[in-house]
Amino acid sequence: MIKISNLSKTFQAKKGTIEALRDVSLEVKKGEIFGVIGYSGAGKSTLIRSVNLLEKPTSGTVSIDGTDITSLSKGELLKARRKIGMIFQGFNLLKTATVYDNIAIPLKLTGVPKEEIDERVNRYLNIVGLADKVDAYPAQLSGGQKQRVAIARALAHEPEVLLSDEATSALDPDTTDAILDLLLKINQELGITILLITHEMHVIQRICDGVAVMENGEIVEQGTTLDVFTSPKHLTTQKFVNSIFNHQLSNDLIDTLRNTGEIISLKFIDHSSQEPALAVVAKKFDVYPNILSGNITQLKSQPFGSLLVHFKGEENEVQKAIHYLQNQGIQTDEVIKHGNNKRIS
Amino acid sequence: MEIINGFLDEWGEYIWEAIIQTFQMVSISLIISIVIGLPLGVLLVLTRPGKSLENKYLFGFLNVVINIIRSIPFIILLFFILPFTKLIVGTTIGVLGVIVPLVVFTAPYIARLMENSLLEVDRGVLEAYEAMGIKTKDIIWNVMVREARPSIVLGLTIATIGLIGATAMAGLVGAGGLGDLAYRFGHLRYEPTVMYVTVGILIILVQGLQSIGNVVAARLKKD
Ligand SMILES: Nc1ncnc2c1ncn2[C@@H]1O[C@H](COP(=O)(O)OP(=O)(O)O)[C@@H](O)[C@H]1O
Ligand SMILES: [Mg+2]
Repeated sequence: MIKISNLSKTFQAKKGTIEALRDVSLEVKKGEIFGVIGYSGAGKSTLIRSVNLLEKPTSGTVSIDGTDITSLSKGELLKARRKIGMIFQGFNLLKTATVYDNIAIPLKLTGVPKEEIDERVNRYLNIVGLADKVDAYPAQLSGGQKQRVAIARALAHEPEVLLSDEATSALDPDTTDAILDLLLKINQELGITILLITHEMHVIQRICDGVAVMENGEIVEQGTTLDVFTSPKHLTTQKFVNSIFNHQLSNDLIDTLRNTGEIISLKFIDHSSQEPALAVVAKKFDVYPNILSGNITQLKSQPFGSLLVHFKGEENEVQKAIHYLQNQGIQTDEVIKHGNNKRIS
Repeated sequence: MEIINGFLDEWGEYIWEAIIQTFQMVSISLIISIVIGLPLGVLLVLTRPGKSLENKYLFGFLNVVINIIRSIPFIILLFFILPFTKLIVGTTIGVLGVIVPLVVFTAPYIARLMENSLLEVDRGVLEAYEAMGIKTKDIIWNVMVREARPSIVLGLTIATIGLIGATAMAGLVGAGGLGDLAYRFGHLRYEPTVMYVTVGILIILVQGLQSIGNVVAARLKKD
């Protein structure tokens, strides 16, 4: 649906040139929710803004549903943009217009017939759950409600693709989840393909089918959300995945524990039918597993867990136990070895 | 009461006539100045570096011309552009003769005030409309000017008050008005009451305008 090929963008700034995008390629399939994650300044906004040509790429192409939009004439681009919805971190509503007008004015300006405007405004306000706020002004709405209006405004053009530039970054955690659920609903019920960018792994985890990790204008890792979560390769990806499982241990605890064994981080896809691996390990080998911190989180497709476990025992017994776990399909990472001090961040 | 009646009998007609003249001068030149100033303000915003119609030369030219005109005091401008006034309206005296210098004086001022108001409009909203495939000209009127309305109204209030001040000098080309009345009778013929009353009317006029401007701006502003 969206195919980005070898996209590069160079900004001429006072301090010199900034390479915001370097040879970025990615593909978002029809009906998918695809997320791009990266720290601030990674080039995410530049990337998503290139998809509807708010930012003109220096080289490379973007094609949507087979049409190369970088080669369109001015008039054709206007038409193409009407089929690409976009929502923003700052909502970008007209302050001086009611909720109704915020949705109706763009429809009027893109030539939607009068009778249809009314119908569409009502339909999409219902979908986002704000039918009762039709006459309110943005200043009278909460952040989450403003984003709902912005989503309704985008949907009212009946786009095939929705772009989201950090749409939940200005919202509190509960509101974020409500908006993410709304995006999921839009994706599933209206079949709209969504490309979103974010700096929060939580967003990826909750609704994305595929993910790309960006750093310094490059995509350093991409794949299905499941693959990226279970076996993150790049250091940045690992940091993002670990950010979800906030395993914090005090230095005192680490000092005591490392004298008697190893601390291992275990990552696994939860198959509840599977035998309880830690219990088996304790029986089979001369080790005493002790869970220090643990978290099972819901990916869009399935549950995914991470445990931080202290294995008390002789070094070779611990190694055997780890091997056994690996054979069970569990991903293991040594966090702190016997008497050593290597920590995950 | 009798004093007031006596005063009105003697001066009422003059004062009323002066009010009408001031009103004419202000309203006509204000409308023409808006028609010229608002598009100039839009142009100043759109041609600046990084904006959609970026044009260094046009932006620089407009800037310099506006700054030059804005640095000339009205009383000098009035005489300085006499030939131009004659060319445009065929006369240099009366209400008609003063409209041209008033417009030349006010339009660049309005352009600056409009520029300021329009620059306050959130860039993100403009971008959202661009992303929806809406034409630049529609964005200018339906987003930029619309969102800037409260600030535009306040700007126009300031411009109108400035204009009233400028019309006080219109007497120099025989256009009359309140300022002229205060000067001719109050100062030259030493009728202090006329001067006080005229000044009083001017104060009420300016206060009233500012209050109306504030109320309208507050109405338009929805946050
Ligand atoms: N219009 C611009 N002019 C100059 N530099 C820019 C511009 N937009 C973005 N950049 C630079 O490009 C880089 C990537 O920015 P951006 O895409 O906004 O990152 P992100 O959205 O990931 O935080 C940053 O270094 C930023 O300063
Ligand atoms: Mg950004």
